[in-house]
Amino acid sequence: MTAIPVLLAASSVDTFIQTLFKALALGSLYSILALGFVLIFKATQTVNFSHGALALAGTWFLSMIFMDWDIPGRWLPGPNWLHWGIALLLAMLVTAVFGLIIERLTIRPMIGEPVFSMAVITLGLEVMIRVIADDAVMLTPRTLGIPWGSDTFKIGGASVAWSYIAAVVMAAFVFFVIWRFLRTRTGVAMQATAFDQEAALAQGINVGMVFAIAWAAGSALAAAAGIFASMSPWAAAGVASREGAFFAFRALPAVIVGGLDSVPGALAGGMLIGFVEIFAGQYLSGQAGILGYGYQQVIPYVVMLIALLIKPYGLFGTEEVRRV
Amino acid sequence: MRGRPNLYTSYASESRLFPTRTQQLAIGIGFILLLLMPFDLPVIDQVPLIRFLGDNAWLRVVNRMLIFCIASLGLNILSGLGGQVSLGHAFFMGVGAYTAVLVGGPGSSNLWGWGLPIWIWLPASGVVAALVGILVAPAAVRVRGLYLAITTLGLVFIGLHLSRIFPEIAGPGSLGRKWPKLEVRIWKEEEPFLDFSRDGHWFWFDITDNQKTYYFLLALLIIFALWAANLARSRTGRALAAIRDQDVAAEIMGVPEVKYKTIAFAISSFYAGVAGALLASFAGQMPPEAWDLILSVEFVAILLIGGIGRISGALAGTFFVVLSPRFVEEIIEWMTEQAEGDGAFSGMWDFFISLGHGDFGFISINETALGYPIPYSSLDEIIYGLLIVLFMLFEPLGLYGIWINIRNYWKGWPFSY
Repeated sequence: MTAIPVLLAASSVDTFIQTLFKALALGSLYSILALGFVLIFKATQTVNFSHGALALAGTWFLSMIFMDWDIPGRWLPGPNWLHWGIALLLAMLVTAVFGLIIERLTIRPMIGEPVFSMAVITLGLEVMIRVIADDAVMLTPRTLGIPWGSDTFKIGGASVAWSYIAAVVMAAFVFFVIWRFLRTRTGVAMQATAFDQEAALAQGINVGMVFAIAWAAGSALAAAAGIFASMSPWAAAGVASREGAFFAFRALPAVIVGGLDSVPGALAGGMLIGFVEIFAGQYLSGQAGILGYGYQQVIPYVVMLIALLIKPYGLFGTEEVRRV
Repeated sequence: MRGRPNLYTSYASESRLFPTRTQQLAIGIGFILLLLMPFDLPVIDQVPLIRFLGDNAWLRVVNRMLIFCIASLGLNILSGLGGQVSLGHAFFMGVGAYTAVLVGGPGSSNLWGWGLPIWIWLPASGVVAALVGILVAPAAVRVRGLYLAITTLGLVFIGLHLSRIFPEIAGPGSLGRKWPKLEVRIWKEEEPFLDFSRDGHWFWFDITDNQKTYYFLLALLIIFALWAANLARSRTGRALAAIRDQDVAAEIMGVPEVKYKTIAFAISSFYAGVAGALLASFAGQMPPEAWDLILSVEFVAILLIGGIGRISGALAGTFFVVLSPRFVEEIIEWMTEQAEGDGAFSGMWDFFISLGHGDFGFISINETALGYPIPYSSLDEIIYGLLIVLFMLFEPLGLYGIWINIRNYWKGWPFSY
């Protein structure tokens, strides 16, 4: 009685379009996060559990750069959105430097150790960065000064937030950049390192540089995802929030479904999880009484469990060949 | 051949629990100390660390530690012995805790609870958790390494959601519901047969609730530790160690991988379930959010800090991780006293501690809200994260590795090799 009349109602097309944009945007956020995980994993065989904390730190950096110090705006004339865009890139850059420091101090000495030791290091880092960033962020709400705020526009009867478009554009941008990058000389070196670290070193590849680049890129992507996750439909409009940190844990299913070491997998996994989560949230809401409040946030994990039962290394992940 | 360490003439003597005379003696003395610890005794009172235990606040923390010991022993069977690293330990603890409250808790119109005594709800919590472990195992044995860690991480979030679907079990509010107390009844009668949650009189001693709980938990811990130690020496333990060291080779040699991984999941979940029930019962009231990822991470940290795969490592790690926040608090209190006083070094401590508003220092003792200066509740967490990172970087074998270094120094003395 509940679900079908909603689908047949006059606004069903509008609902569908709205849901589609929502899903695309969420999928984009998950993809950006998953891409960061994948880059870091490919290069250093580390699942970076501190990704969410880095996202939170990146949000904080943007708030400092753009709102407190007014950084490109105090020197540059021009429209607000341009300043914000530059500040966004600066925040990503600062987070990348932060990631470099982390990599150099804690990950580089551990290369070659059991993968789980490294994962646990990132768990420890997560606790530290999260608590410090929480201390910095949570006391007074920090605004991000997002140019489009919580504005929406209409497609027919469907209202779509500009943040959705921004997230999709950002995802397209970073995937394009990474895709191009992986075809440059350094990018090929990176793929070689991911394949076999020692062989790459023997071929004269600067393996340390590859680790550094991967961590810098991964951290910058975490910052971007954290900032976009703090926008209006996902968090209170334009306030730096812990949403990015929560998103990072919900993006883990996307990484696993796509495959831990696959760049196309990050896009596919992120989109799949985003679409399933949003569409289930929209079209199963009649069953919320049975499924429980907030059920859509658990759906990624359920999808992940099912996907792992069918394909243990994800959709695009390299199957590990086990030898004695 | 007697009395020669590291000279084994039979398999039985190599796999003995306490092979050397020194070890037997150390265990014996340690056991007597553990028995005497909670009392104010004339001589032991003067020993620094142990002295605190006559104090109730410390004894409460120690009791909590004993419960955590049981849970980390459970994770040690799965991760240390079987090599399967799980981030879902908190989920199994939660399963145990909610089984306990369902079986042993008081029922009402909107809460389910059967009010049965502890000798039913404590084993039940372990058994149900073990069954859930067996249920999860088919998915978990298919994946390995980091994929397994992330899969089990998913369990924690699914568990949190399940607590929202069943408010009849988890309690409606964010405070959670009341757990049954630690008291032994024959059946549902009014007066408990043995009560661990009230002060009382045993033989010719007055004994407080915390001291009673301490003995109860200590007894349980010894049982569980002996079980874990014996498991490692059994066929199951050897099979798990083979799977951990080289899973393909183990399978080729005829060790059924799926079967033993499932067994490891079940036993580890049993430990977790019992520990979860005890923890919730000990705390009295817990929100569902207490069984979250942070708790799971804590157990992994305990194992890695203590030394993975070792029972003594799991116990030492728990001691370190659970008690270190308490030590940090003590140190900060002491620093505050120094900073407030006018001793020769008060200026130095004042540098660290922010006493009032606007006072310089990066640790705040007054502000509980998040922000700068850092309140010391979050300082605990920062130090905890830092410890994990430092141990992994500099002592991957954990406290056990440190102990090995010390032991080898004396073994090899006067040579350093």
